[in-house]
Amino acid sequence: MTSTEQNIDKRLLSILEQVSDPEIPVLSIMDMGVVRSAILIDGKVKVEITPTYSGCPAMDVIGDDIKKALKDSGYESEIDLILHPAWTTDWITPRGRKALEDYGIAAPLDAEADKDVLLNGKRIVKCTNCGSKNTRLVSQFGSTACKAQFQCDDCQEPFDYFKCLK
Amino acid sequence: MKNENLYNYILGIADNSLILGQRMGELCGHGPSLETDIACTNISLDLFGQVRSYFQYASKIAGDGRTEDDIAMLRKEREYKNVLLVEQPNTDFAYTLGRQFLFDVYHLAFLKELQKSTDLTLSAIANKCVKEVSYHERFSSDWVKRLGDGTSESKEKMQEAINDLWTYTDEFFHQTDADKAMVVEGIGVDVTKLKDSYYKEVSQVLEEATIQVPESKYFQKGGKQGIHTEHLGYLLSDLQYMQRTYPNMEW
Repeated sequence: MTSTEQNIDKRLLSILEQVSDPEIPVLSIMDMGVVRSAILIDGKVKVEITPTYSGCPAMDVIGDDIKKALKDSGYESEIDLILHPAWTTDWITPRGRKALEDYGIAAPLDAEADKDVLLNGKRIVKCTNCGSKNTRLVSQFGSTACKAQFQCDDCQEPFDYFKCLK
Repeated sequence: MKNENLYNYILGIADNSLILGQRMGELCGHGPSLETDIACTNISLDLFGQVRSYFQYASKIAGDGRTEDDIAMLRKEREYKNVLLVEQPNTDFAYTLGRQFLFDVYHLAFLKELQKSTDLTLSAIANKCVKEVSYHERFSSDWVKRLGDGTSESKEKMQEAINDLWTYTDEFFHQTDADKAMVVEGIGVDVTKLKDSYYKEVSQVLEEATIQVPESKYFQKGGKQGIHTEHLGYLLSDLQYMQRTYPNMEW
């Protein structure tokens, strides 16, 4: 896996930052890391996006939303879905992680801790409501493909944890 | 078709995910608990997503206007190349998760090898899928252990499921003509080499689950050649219903 950097034309950045993830509206698609490149060729924009999960139904919507946002700013565009290199939760920006937490979704831990949490029942995921680590895994699969379900045993709040994908 | 072997090879991989995805999707709204219902349909969604990547590629290779939907929806039973295991019905929850487990261990090992394919599209798809399938394998092994090492009833059901499904496991390691051709070209995975580690890994989980590893050497085969068990026909009539009733309909 070589090219993990994004290639985004500076003139397009602010437009793309306004497009949000349809399933996590507080998160921009740029903070999510799904836009891999956006370049201007002869006045037309070519955008490459990569799915978080293969079956993520949000990808079609994200493509349409990008087209619309660019069109509103006067750009015609073409969207390509690319699979390589594969998306990883490491591409979520620090600002994106904070937005997730504020929204009530625990941000992904690193791969090792993720395993401890999902397999060995370790209580280390912080409750997004009260901050306690006295939380337990309810199910490895949650409301969308990318999340697992948790519950806090102190404040009883049920919440989502964004699974680490590496 | 110029690349017929590659086309058939891709279908052979994708059909497993398509048919198993359909089976798991049948549990939507019918899982034994809300959490397991969501988990099974999440797995189904992952598998369908993977199928789309494979079929989009296959449609490009076919190059005759066939779309990913045509490939998924408009073939006849004999043209599906999935292994017999994945078409077996959701008899009960132990059976469903036992089937998932026996497939996941193979699927994960297969994808890890496919990552090394000289075909860049296939290796990219494998890179993506391997991450998702790791979660599937964790989930299904976990349930095999939980039910196997659970109550006497859950243990009995899991043991019965494994005894029954065991007979379909050997087929993973049979090579089709397309398989052989693709291995020679460095595109395909030599499945015969996955066999020993597969049974070793499966046995480890079963032992932990206090489930006896079946000793039967009698195995079923045929799916890869399009010769299926009776269950596939019923599954396809469900899967293809809309396209057969309202041809060319779109969302």
